[in-house]
Amino acid sequence: MIEATGLTKRYGRTLAVNDLSFTAQPGRVTGFLGPNGAGKSTTMRMVLGLDRPTAGDVRIGGRHYTELKRPLHTVGALLEAKWTHPNRSARAHLRWLARSNKIPFTRVEEVLGLVGLADVAGKRTGGYSLGMSQRLGIAAALLGDPQVLLFDEPVNGLDPEGIAWIRTFMQSLAAQGRTVFVSSHLLSEMAITASELVVIGRGRLITQCSTADFVENATEATVRVRSPQADRLRTLLASRGRTVTEMDGGLVVVGATGQEIGELAAANGVVLHELTMQRGSLEQAFMQMTGQDVEFHTAVAPAGHDQAQLEAALVTAQPGQGRTES
Amino acid sequence: MSLLAVERIKLFSTRSPWWCTALVLTIGVGLGALISAVSSADFPISVPVTQAGLGLGSFIALVLAAIAITSEYRFGTIRATFTAVPNRTAVLVAKTVVVAVLLGLVGLVTAFAAWGVAYLINGSPILALDTTGEWRAVAGEGLLYAGYAIIAIGVGLLVRQTAGAIALLLVWALVVETIVVPILDAALKLSTSRWLPFANAGNFITAGDAATTGQGRGGAVTDYPFGGPWGSLGYFMAIAVAVLVIGIVVAHRRDA
Repeated sequence: MIEATGLTKRYGRTLAVNDLSFTAQPGRVTGFLGPNGAGKSTTMRMVLGLDRPTAGDVRIGGRHYTELKRPLHTVGALLEAKWTHPNRSARAHLRWLARSNKIPFTRVEEVLGLVGLADVAGKRTGGYSLGMSQRLGIAAALLGDPQVLLFDEPVNGLDPEGIAWIRTFMQSLAAQGRTVFVSSHLLSEMAITASELVVIGRGRLITQCSTADFVENATEATVRVRSPQADRLRTLLASRGRTVTEMDGGLVVVGATGQEIGELAAANGVVLHELTMQRGSLEQAFMQMTGQDVEFHTAVAPAGHDQAQLEAALVTAQPGQGRTES
Repeated sequence: MSLLAVERIKLFSTRSPWWCTALVLTIGVGLGALISAVSSADFPISVPVTQAGLGLGSFIALVLAAIAITSEYRFGTIRATFTAVPNRTAVLVAKTVVVAVLLGLVGLVTAFAAWGVAYLINGSPILALDTTGEWRAVAGEGLLYAGYAIIAIGVGLLVRQTAGAIALLLVWALVVETIVVPILDAALKLSTSRWLPFANAGNFITAGDAATTGQGRGGAVTDYPFGGPWGSLGYFMAIAVAVLVIGIVVAHRRDA
């Protein structure tokens, strides 16, 4: 288990991490989510005792990292895949790590097999692809068979196959009862991988909750309906107190289930051409939540486009405003 | 002990120690052979003179030792090292010991090889190792090379960048000590040269040798402050260890 309390890191005048408290529990994948520059890597380094917190502290199983004897048996970490000497072989890299924590060399061969690098273990790591380096980093993290695992942006720059492999791998590690703490700036990725989320923006905690709750609260369920008798349907729904918006030649209904709309239409002889459940985009919700907490705002067109979509979403969510009828 | 094994694996799983060793051997033995072949009345030979190539080789030793630590910063393996062993002092001392032992052996072997080849080529009885000073001039290279490892790792820890650390070491040893300070001394009528660490290191080899007086690796200085070669070696080692200690203290305080 990882516990951070009031964790703070200041570089000169910048507060990289600001009074951050969270926990990562064993037996599940905890996603550490935030935009680039939110302080995720700095937090990871403080967990591992590489950077000294300005204030607060972080403990692993109740102890500071630097108090651990042979820490690789307790914590395994992948911070940066390319942190190997390019002229050293993968086997030599794992061997010196193993030796430092009195791990037998047979374990080196085991983890090499586990991540599928056994055939290229004798080759210099400078020639490795990003995916291979990532696998080597994971092998290094698993070397001491630790109960706590930290991965910093493990899927960055990987191809879909590599991403799927790492996702499954992390979930299987959690299923074995380990604590898996994985950072990412991609909400869509975390929504699939993690069951718990720690969301930060600009070094501050925004929320810690289950992924399901986050998705539930952050986005709103709507139903899209198309009908040749749209006006009649709209009046029927409005009379029941449902919020209806016209969008792209169809209706978007807030606060009603597909079943309810279907039955209402049948009872009143309204023909339906489409009845689709919709969820607001996770990315939009994420931007909305961390909106004030993004370090580098983009000031150009694409952001404006997103902003328009976001406003449209907000309008539909509030009855009695904009183009809604009630 | 396992930390020494860790650093040994690290050092010998890259190529730099091998080419550094080969280069020191080539230069040390080659220059020793050349000098012994061309020696004359104007250019007398002696045991310390056969070690001229070791003086040049010392710069390669400094480079190897500096790279041993700066490459860890460059490639980020220092973070893997500090996460595997949070006791940074223990790790850095182990690394220094391993590099110092390697360079000490390289210095020792090269010194005897250079002397041996020179003796075979020249054949002069002057080159026989029959005084303690002559033994010191050859066997002492081992101690000096270990000292180079210590000072270079200290500088590497402070600078953390390969180019910066090497430039600092070489500019200091080649430009500051042999050109800038002597000129300042002459101009300002001072005698600060005798306090320079690498001049003292050289004096450990060439002290008391008639053939190199005033022009050996100890430079133009003849009045070193610490009473003879062993005082000079002690002074050089003290400075090397001091630089290393500062480097380790800084590495402890700094975020990795």
